Amino acid sequence: MSALAQWLNVPLPVFIAILAVYGILIFASLFIRILRARGVEAGELLARTRSWWVMVSLFTVAVFLYRPASAIFLGLISYLALKEYFSIIPTRKIDRVVVLLAYLAVPVQFWFAYRNDYGLFSVFIPVWMFLALPTVMAIKGETAGYLKSVGIMSWGLMMTVFTLSHMAYLLFSGDQVNPVAKGAGLLFFLVFVAQFNDVAQFTWGKLFGRHKITPQVSPKKTWEGFLGGVATSIVVAGLIGPFLTPMDWRWAALSGGIIAVAGFLGDITESAFKRDLGVKDAGSLIPGHGGILDRVDSLTYAAPVFTHFLRYFFYP
Amino acid sequence: MIALLRRLFFAGPVRLLILLIMGLNVRGRDRLPASGPAIIVANHNSHLDTLTLISLMPPALLPRLRPVAALDYFLKNRVLAWFALNIIGILPIDRAGGANPLTGSNRALAEGSILILYPEGSRGLPEQRSAFKRGVALLVKENPAVPVIPVFMHGLGKALPKGTKLFVPFVCDVFVGAPVPWTGDARSYMAALTAAMDGLEAEGHFPPWE
Repeated sequence: MSALAQWLNVPLPVFIAILAVYGILIFASLFIRILRARGVEAGELLARTRSWWVMVSLFTVAVFLYRPASAIFLGLISYLALKEYFSIIPTRKIDRVVVLLAYLAVPVQFWFAYRNDYGLFSVFIPVWMFLALPTVMAIKGETAGYLKSVGIMSWGLMMTVFTLSHMAYLLFSGDQVNPVAKGAGLLFFLVFVAQFNDVAQFTWGKLFGRHKITPQVSPKKTWEGFLGGVATSIVVAGLIGPFLTPMDWRWAALSGGIIAVAGFLGDITESAFKRDLGVKDAGSLIPGHGGILDRVDSLTYAAPVFTHFLRYFFYP
Repeated sequence: MIALLRRLFFAGPVRLLILLIMGLNVRGRDRLPASGPAIIVANHNSHLDTLTLISLMPPALLPRLRPVAALDYFLKNRVLAWFALNIIGILPIDRAGGANPLTGSNRALAEGSILILYPEGSRGLPEQRSAFKRGVALLVKENPAVPVIPVFMHGLGKALPKGTKLFVPFVCDVFVGAPVPWTGDARSYMAALTAAMDGLEAEGHFPPWE
């Protein structure tokens, strides 16, 4: 196995972790097959699980095999999320150029992540794009709806490109601080815990959910689901963190809790803006899940929060 | 040779552009015709409309797909004319009059083609539907057995509206409706077709574009 991992150029702990994820998927598919054999209606679950197969396959192949392809793939996630965002918000015709400019920020931002240029990576969108978009809009000269448009565009660019690009930053910056599992281990840890937390919160909520947290924003979210998810994520992160990250089990468990809480916050902020726009899903790209934005909403918070937590305590 | 070129053009760059860079949200895709003859009736906002509809159809049907387009617009310069006739595969209609404008369409349907028709006549203002012209009813009257499938598209006029060359990606909606059978006379047929399009449009939730 280690020879295969070496041949694929994937760190051994990450390789084993990937195999474990496929194991979980096989288990889930078998479980659903048994449910359906017993006559339980599980169409939604089946669609979701099928989509998980596709997502996990794309992610593991694109992210862990060849580095430039990883940067392009992670950039593509941001691009698709940004495109979904621009397609559901109110837009002014005059801002077509600004929308195009925002799209062009994606390759630039992921180029900085790929080059591990932390300085430019961390200021390009919050400083340079933040200043550039309103300037272009001002030069275009249409002031009606200007402020609203500036706000909507800047927030969208931050939420879909800046925050998600931290996944690429972890991948390309992590090799020195994480000599065994490398940057790939950090990225895997973050994405796995965040996505597992989503599923855990959903499952705990389905089983025991009573008390609503945010009835106005996301009526399906309950305290039982949230706390069950956080506890599960703490345990899972504490178990796998020591193999995939430079953290011991205590730090890993703490970061599991941080990822779970941040993921929840990302989830409800996305719910809030979708509710404001009057849409249920941001798109229809992933059957059973909605749009890509609906799948990565927890990562919009979890990725930057976990990255800066790790950077503060573990980066030189 | 040209057929192969046309096939490669739609299989490669067009699909990449329409399905990945731009992205579609399709409803009722299984209602699109699986064989010819058929008539697809759609609203028209952008040059991308035709590329979008063609990229939703299986490649095997490509030789049968004929977007019906105005002779004067597409044949005004030689490069555009060659591209429109051979790669897009348009069926040119002479708007100026003279010969019966339906002759070409009737013949194409008799040969088993799938016509793509934009009864608004022009792309018009982005994301605003204008009234359908009656020509489509006359065509269906002469071919009452041919299925007519209404398709409502939204967002392509944001991505590439009339009067600009700047393409800006947005996810676009394509809603395919049930076939609208011939009703017996042109007036009631136009009403039925318009009602079908209104129904499809009402399915969507479109953010303001002002």
